[in-house]
Amino acid sequence: MDKIHDIIIIGAGVVGCALARALSRYKLDVLVLEKEDDVAGSTSKANSGVIHAGYHKKPGSLKATLNVAGHSYFQRLSDELDFPVKFIGKLVVAKKENEIEDLRKLMDRGFKNGVKGLELIDGKQIKHFEPNVNGFAAMHSPVSGITSPYLMCIALAENAHLNGVDFVFDTEVTGISKEKEIFVVQVSNGSIYRSRWLINSAGLNSARVSQMICENDHRMYPCRGEYYITDKVDTLIKRLIYPTPSKDGVTLGIHITPTLDGNILIGPSAEYIERLDDTASTREVMDKLKRESSQFLPPIKEAKFIRNYAGIRAKLFHPSSGVKDADFVIEEDESIKRMINLIGIESPGLTAAPAIAEKVVGIIGEKEALVDDEKFNPERKAPVVFEHLSDDEKARLIEQDPDYGEIVCRCETITKKEVLAALNNPLGVRTLDGVKKRCRAGMGRCQGGFCTPRIVEIMTDEYGISPEEIYKNNESSNMFFGKVKDDREEG
Amino acid sequence: MIEKKVDIAVIGAGPGGLAAAVSAKESGADVLLIERNPFLGGILIQCIHDGFGLHLFDKNYTGPEYAEEMVNRLENAGVPYLTNCMVIDLNEKKELTVVTSKGLMKLIAKAVILAMGCRERTRGALEIPGTRPAGIYTAGVAQNLVNIQNLRIGNDVVILGSGDVGLIMARRLKIEGLNVIRVIEILPYCSGLVRNRVQCLEDYGIPLTLSSTVIDIHGKDRLEAVTMAKVDRDFNVDHDTTEKIDCDTLLLSVGLIPENELSKKAGVNLDNRTSGALVDNFYETSTEGIFSCGNVLHIHDVADYASNEGFFVGEKAAEYAKGKWKHSGGKPVKIGNGISYVVPQYIRNDCNEVELKFRVTQPFENVRIIVKNGDDVVFKKRVLKVIPSEMNILKLKSIDPEKDVEVKIVIIDKNIN
Repeated sequence: MDKIHDIIIIGAGVVGCALARALSRYKLDVLVLEKEDDVAGSTSKANSGVIHAGYHKKPGSLKATLNVAGHSYFQRLSDELDFPVKFIGKLVVAKKENEIEDLRKLMDRGFKNGVKGLELIDGKQIKHFEPNVNGFAAMHSPVSGITSPYLMCIALAENAHLNGVDFVFDTEVTGISKEKEIFVVQVSNGSIYRSRWLINSAGLNSARVSQMICENDHRMYPCRGEYYITDKVDTLIKRLIYPTPSKDGVTLGIHITPTLDGNILIGPSAEYIERLDDTASTREVMDKLKRESSQFLPPIKEAKFIRNYAGIRAKLFHPSSGVKDADFVIEEDESIKRMINLIGIESPGLTAAPAIAEKVVGIIGEKEALVDDEKFNPERKAPVVFEHLSDDEKARLIEQDPDYGEIVCRCETITKKEVLAALNNPLGVRTLDGVKKRCRAGMGRCQGGFCTPRIVEIMTDEYGISPEEIYKNNESSNMFFGKVKDDREEG
Repeated sequence: MIEKKVDIAVIGAGPGGLAAAVSAKESGADVLLIERNPFLGGILIQCIHDGFGLHLFDKNYTGPEYAEEMVNRLENAGVPYLTNCMVIDLNEKKELTVVTSKGLMKLIAKAVILAMGCRERTRGALEIPGTRPAGIYTAGVAQNLVNIQNLRIGNDVVILGSGDVGLIMARRLKIEGLNVIRVIEILPYCSGLVRNRVQCLEDYGIPLTLSSTVIDIHGKDRLEAVTMAKVDRDFNVDHDTTEKIDCDTLLLSVGLIPENELSKKAGVNLDNRTSGALVDNFYETSTEGIFSCGNVLHIHDVADYASNEGFFVGEKAAEYAKGKWKHSGGKPVKIGNGISYVVPQYIRNDCNEVELKFRVTQPFENVRIIVKNGDDVVFKKRVLKVIPSEMNILKLKSIDPEKDVEVKIVIIDKNIN
């Protein structure tokens, strides 16, 4: 492949997607290489989707400034790109009086970082806000919010794609060299891609990818976060519920997040592990999640759990070394010009992502003039969500298209039309998990029990493929091994 | 918007709903049966094994044959029905919102019969740790994929749970040439019917490992192995007994959950024991004019029982729609020692007949089943063996509804006997 792209982005997590979208407003040829089958294929898909206010990190750090700056983009991004955000507010709860001092410190940090609206409330006010939550006192952060991490990534990537950015999935970078100022990127299938700029937003693999060409000593310490997700329990909490942060400062503690769809997420935990891809859940941590969350929200014990899962944070430090935090690395390499490394982008990475993207655009803009693409369209429309519509709108849509009149996923009320829209997504993702992320079919309490056979049918019809060609996610995750019996002759 | 009025709306056309629709119609009501699948019969259609209709029709039908018999009765009775239509909302005024391919329908009913059936407990509900690869199915989903879609779901299969669907799928997959490695059951006894244990496992040489469970799942993309371990009486895992079993498919047959999300929208109160509605002996729920039958009410052993319940409930709903009686509430049935649940949970004050359906908490040998009405023992029977997987049904014809009814198990002391 002789084509020379202006920019190659490695990794289509939330940072890669935000950057692709930010760059798509300029006259640039941008390509994104992703090793998984879809955007948000690794760390981002297991993000809790919290839009952080920005009081947690050290004033002046990239983590703090890009968090606060990133937060300010969300409403506009949501309006332009039609992905859901809700600023539901957060309570950081102190269980005992002696934790109030920690809350005060947190508030002080928040003021220094420029976070608005923080207030300290007492136990009585906690009950007023959240009748099911127990606590001695709390810090209320009204601007904290929630989004869907994968819908956000999909929205960013689809808009970038609409504006000319190409995404290549199932393609892992295996080697990087530079020939005559041009990056030569080798990938898993043997292909080679070339570009003038190379942006490493490879998340968990960012240290390794950078060291394919740069000399540095960044080291990744994978830190697993496990979750529980409950069935819909709309009335239990309205806001995010966090514990007062642990003194070790490693994580935000096990928190309770109401999702946009009425479920509750418990977690993530934080365990340093050996392997970058070890996303298995463990009994010990699952028990701990239930135990710790019920200290704040006793009724959670009665909730029905529908799934547990885990993701891995890309941390640049290990607490055993005495280091309490490491800032984001966002910089052009000193000796390898036009190689920008984004390393150690963990919490508050999702919130900071839009600001990280602008910072990278700034780094590139310092070196060369970025020309606005007059054809840039900032808007992207999400597919219809049937369940959210009024009865009249539902009736109208069914009249227009009878595929809205067939419910495929009964738990989440997803119609055939929505499944078809997900199958025909602009990024060309063709997996069962891709359908699930886009339209929620299979995310409900039966976990795809009733709808999987029907979705398989719709997929084979729509794509004209055999069931053996259907994968859960990547090409090793095949669902079926041919037929049970040979087809009988018809008639 | 399509608008329609009807005496009785029946939601779900499985064995319970079909029977309810037939009997409501035969009792003189104007009925509409609504089914979300493109066909009538519900889960019966994927149950291609036999053993259906033994109680009701004195025949040994397959699931589709049983469905055909019921659908014939439905058509003979002249019950109108909708398929591929799903009720997405139901309120206390008995107004239904139905998604159909012809449009959204508002249906106003005098009475509603809930017959939506159940769903299977998933890996998430079981909270099994480990990875999340392809190749983990609930037994009923596997049954659909194999029997209806004709798909080979894997090669080397472990089945967790000895529920009836799991036992039947063990046999099915073995017949279809898959390697069924073993069935693992956490309880110290098989949780399916005895006939299924014998005909599906023993006759096919499939081992059943009791007092054991799956404690870990391995494989990133497709399932590669599961870790099995022994458990004690309180289900504590003995970590010294772990055994890793290579397999690419795990089937889960670990319980069915009545699917009552719609019932909740109509304010129907549920029983924590059954996960179904609380009903009186006319099968009316806490919401006036809304009835429940079949697996959405409580899990039945066989389709025949669900249909029997449906026949009764259809008649009662028709009587209600005609104004023959009113909502009563009634007195709660007391659940005594050894009993896990009783349906109905309430006894109306205007009726002295009741059919009690109940299960025991654990297998018992040489016990008495006793029903008391106030201080009187109104039923007493010695049984040599009683197990949780087999539902007990007993009919009482002349109880005093003003006095408490209690069901219990009394262990017969061997020394005295």
